[in-house]
Amino acid sequence: MKITAAAHAHKPLSLSDPDGFKYLLITLTLAIIGLFLVLPLATVLTEAFAKGWLTYRDSLTHPDTLAAIRLTLLTALITVPLTTMFGVCAAWAIARFEFSGKNVLLTLIDLPFSVSPVIAGLIYVLVFGAQGWFGTWLSDHDIKIIFAVPGIILATLFVTFPFVARELIPLLQEIGHEEEEAALSLGAGSWKMFFKITLPNIKWGLLYGVLLCNARAMGEFGAVSVVSGHIRGLTNTLPLHVEVTYNEYDFVGSFAGASLLAGLAVVTLVIKTFLEWRQAQDLKSARVASE
Amino acid sequence: MPQSHIMPGFRPAISFTLVYLSLIVLIPLSAMLLKTFQLSWDEFWAILTNQRVIASFRVTFVSALSAAAVAGIFGFIIAWTLVRYPFPGKRLFDALIDLPFALPTAVAGIVLATIYQPNGVIGKLVLAVFGVQIAYKPLGIVFAMIFIGLPFVVRTIEPVLQEFDTAMEEAAASLGANRLQTFIKVILPNILPAALTGFALAFARAVGEYGSVIFIAGNMPYISEIVPLLIITKLEQYDYAGATAIGLVMLILSFILLLLINLLQGWLRRRNGQL
Amino acid sequence: MKLITLAKTVILIVALSVSFQVIADRTLLNVSYDPTREFYQEYNKAFIKDWKEKTGEDVQIQQSHGGAGKQARAVIDGLEADVLTLALSYDIDQIAAKTGKLDKSWQKRLPNNSAPYTSTIVFLVRKGNPKGVTDWTDLVKEGVAVITPNPKTSGGARYNYLAAWAFAEKKYGNKEAAKDFVKKLYKNVPILDSGARGSTTTFVQRGIGDVLLAWENEAFLAVNQLGPDQFDIIVPQTSILAETPVTVLDKVAEKSGTRDLAEAYLNHLYSPVGQKLAAKYYYRPFKPEFADPKDLARFPKLERVSVDEIFGGWEKAQATHFADGGTFDEIYAPQ
Repeated sequence: MKITAAAHAHKPLSLSDPDGFKYLLITLTLAIIGLFLVLPLATVLTEAFAKGWLTYRDSLTHPDTLAAIRLTLLTALITVPLTTMFGVCAAWAIARFEFSGKNVLLTLIDLPFSVSPVIAGLIYVLVFGAQGWFGTWLSDHDIKIIFAVPGIILATLFVTFPFVARELIPLLQEIGHEEEEAALSLGAGSWKMFFKITLPNIKWGLLYGVLLCNARAMGEFGAVSVVSGHIRGLTNTLPLHVEVTYNEYDFVGSFAGASLLAGLAVVTLVIKTFLEWRQAQDLKSARVASE
Repeated sequence: MPQSHIMPGFRPAISFTLVYLSLIVLIPLSAMLLKTFQLSWDEFWAILTNQRVIASFRVTFVSALSAAAVAGIFGFIIAWTLVRYPFPGKRLFDALIDLPFALPTAVAGIVLATIYQPNGVIGKLVLAVFGVQIAYKPLGIVFAMIFIGLPFVVRTIEPVLQEFDTAMEEAAASLGANRLQTFIKVILPNILPAALTGFALAFARAVGEYGSVIFIAGNMPYISEIVPLLIITKLEQYDYAGATAIGLVMLILSFILLLLINLLQGWLRRRNGQL
Repeated sequence: MKLITLAKTVILIVALSVSFQVIADRTLLNVSYDPTREFYQEYNKAFIKDWKEKTGEDVQIQQSHGGAGKQARAVIDGLEADVLTLALSYDIDQIAAKTGKLDKSWQKRLPNNSAPYTSTIVFLVRKGNPKGVTDWTDLVKEGVAVITPNPKTSGGARYNYLAAWAFAEKKYGNKEAAKDFVKKLYKNVPILDSGARGSTTTFVQRGIGDVLLAWENEAFLAVNQLGPDQFDIIVPQTSILAETPVTVLDKVAEKSGTRDLAEAYLNHLYSPVGQKLAAKYYYRPFKPEFADPKDLARFPKLERVSVDEIFGGWEKAQATHFADGGTFDEIYAPQ
């Protein structure tokens, strides 16, 4: 599951591949990327603007769309900090200490990544749904979790669970703990060490994890769909709104919502590329410094 | 047992990790386990050996395997080209690889259906030239799964190719091996673990995929119905036990897959360490 | 420091979003199935205005739409609907049985089996009817692709299935022949979407299939909204009487203090305003005298048989045909 932000900056290697072969591969690569990645992105935009700019603008400023955008932002605003906090703690425990059961813990952290989103939604229904464990208690106390914002947030917490932790664990392991130990032996307190030494060292990787986590939090469909209840203007996130409008034959509205999400994806990719570049720079300068 | 006694924060960090893990992941997942335990073994077995359930597992796994294989080949080509050959716009294309990560699955589903349907841009072309329909056929599932699996393969192979020592290729060449022999004997064995990991990741992701697949699948029982959809279908017939039983099997399979992937990655890291 | 600021912001936003719900007026949540979207959009506005005039109170109505099975499942799992306006009584029976949130005799509470409007199943074909489809028997011909959703998850699809079955049983006189007929029909189905809307999109937007089995109102809507020059509606001689019932979910309405509002909301459906709007959106009103004659004239004449008449009620129809291992599964099992 690990997608390294590692050094992208490197020189093209001198090669002995024949030119024809080389061009064939480049063509193939461009064809695959074009057909599988560029074309879908372009399609979102052409469909969104199929009836012109004004219709597009009207779709986006519709109260239901705005409510969906608000809910999506709220969800991300709550889940991303929590997932980040968990990620930092888990990475610290796993990368800095030896304990038994570490591999199991690692696998459990990864688990939400490969669990079908449908199951992610289902399990919360089993716990908090009216027929579930706490169903009666919750309804007696008039607390709404499923089919309300808390359920959507819980499902999103589940699907974004590993994003920050999996980014930080290898990074912390790679950096090593010498600098931290030095700081401690010089009398720095734990928090001071963390904020002055650890955090600056991992900041690009951390931001990278946060970024991916945010993209997933805003874009989750399957899990949220199971726990949302699809109440217009109340529990529809932007991805659900895309589905709902699509089902209302409002294709422009649907693709307008989709274009926002696609825009988010593109912004994510741009920031990601920047972060990878910065991290590579830092690594390079660190290497130069140590040599 | 902490590795370094000076290092602070083990207790709070691990406590928070475990509590959070329990609250968000373990307790809800155990609810599914307990729900399934309400079934007798015979009932459980009857649900799983139902023809339609077996068929949907077959559809899901065959599609995911084929998709992961295709994504493996495509991903290898892309990674190779991106690492080895300079060409204009390379950075842009490299950045684009991660689009399927960042693009919400519902958007991906609608867009892929639009493109590959019989009167869509590519769907029309493929239908006219090859006489094959992609969307609403099992093939559509494979296409959606290739889309979501591609970045996993590229991003696991890329770093290994970058770190790969060309001196070995040069040595092989100087010993008289031609390019193909060098590739098969020297490059491939070194890339294979990474390619395998990428393949496994793409496979694991494809097996659980829901959002992007249902829009394009056709959803015909026995033919193009994937397991996650069957779980939803069971739920909508108020068959919670059936849904959780199938869900549990999926969960166990993902867990095994993940363990394998973690082992593979550990192996990969050790190998690379030796290089 | 930064973390604290962030935490504060989050708490503030949560508090704000919670308080929004507290300040708001009384709200009613109407959980409905797919094809009623357009109807309730307009009906809700009319009701809010009427209620304001009568009582001076501002109210809000929230809508949730989806496949019938999905919606009923959500209500069973705790979606707090004040009123249910679903596709078939079986789903509401299930809600009553599984949650106890309303009485089993709910269907007797409002006139016409609690169905203020009814519907039926018709065929939507491509313009000019290139395959020459005129009645059910044409659907089992080779080379005719029929689009219908999955009866396991879609209420409309169950009506489609039962309509075909009822036709065949009447025509051929026995259940074996009917089963054979329905089996042949489903052999011609290339895609099973999970809901009625999904099927309509497949047929209309994606251009797949020759015939769409659709709710009457859905077919009209597709023709009007998506292309009068592209589709024709074909009305078979016999079809099914689709009773689409409405009810108050008692326990929820009592808890949230909306019972009076919920009852008024449903009664208003039977009023001249509600009946007129139902006909406008192609639902056959219970009291046609209130509807615009022009709207009524659009409904073609056909014989509609009821589920009770042919199948002995929904409970039985569901158990025989759609339960796991039922007739639909047998029809679909690979040979």
